[in-house]
Amino acid sequence: MTLLITVFAAVICTVIWYKNVPKSEMNIGILCWIYWGASLMWLVDAIFEYADIGAEYFNPTPSDMLNDFYLGLSAVALGLVIWLIIVLVKDPRGVLKEVLLKKKN
Amino acid sequence: MSCFIVPAAEAVITTIAAKAIKAKEVAPKTVEVQFDGAGVETAEKIPFSRKIKWLNNLLWGGSALLAFEHIWHGEVTPWFPFLTASGEPAQMLHEMATTGVAMSALVTCVWLGMVAVSSAIENRAVKAQPVKSQVAEQ
Repeated sequence: MTLLITVFAAVICTVIWYKNVPKSEMNIGILCWIYWGASLMWLVDAIFEYADIGAEYFNPTPSDMLNDFYLGLSAVALGLVIWLIIVLVKDPRGVLKEVLLKKKN
Repeated sequence: MSCFIVPAAEAVITTIAAKAIKAKEVAPKTVEVQFDGAGVETAEKIPFSRKIKWLNNLLWGGSALLAFEHIWHGEVTPWFPFLTASGEPAQMLHEMATTGVAMSALVTCVWLGMVAVSSAIENRAVKAQPVKSQVAEQ
């Protein structure tokens, strides 16, 4: 479930990035890297787990599914927070700089 | 348990490598390309330091979310020795050697594929250039 949610997040971000490139000011590409990186790593994790427990991997208990769903959403939220911090630090549109300079004046 | 340590370690190495490569890199080559039948525009070949940055982003991003997953499952703690599996070093090392190495290898393979595709696109644009010049002369 965590892998599935992250893959969906990665695909959505990639579509948004593709639609806005090359004029993307919001650094959506960062989100794509974060989610694709995590998706690939969780894919490996899933393959190892499948090799270990077999077809049972596809029949998780409802409580496990709920926990993984909650974890997936939390991971997506963490990715968004990391992206937001990077965007605010880089400030590609110069909004923060403008606000801070106005306050000083 | 500690599989994310391997891609994180690779991320540290590639970040240092990217900085070293960028410091030695010369200005990127520029080529004239035609986008969607529009007028000819000047484009820069993607420098290798930027391509390594793609790998850095994949590794750092993935490691960060995986580390979060380990905290979620109580496998990483904010106090020493930080990894709950450190009491069983053999199991920890086994997971790092199998899952961790496989994660790094897959991410690196995907990145190599991306580099190969982008290089092929760049080379095709460069090779198509003389043909376009001849057409322009005619």
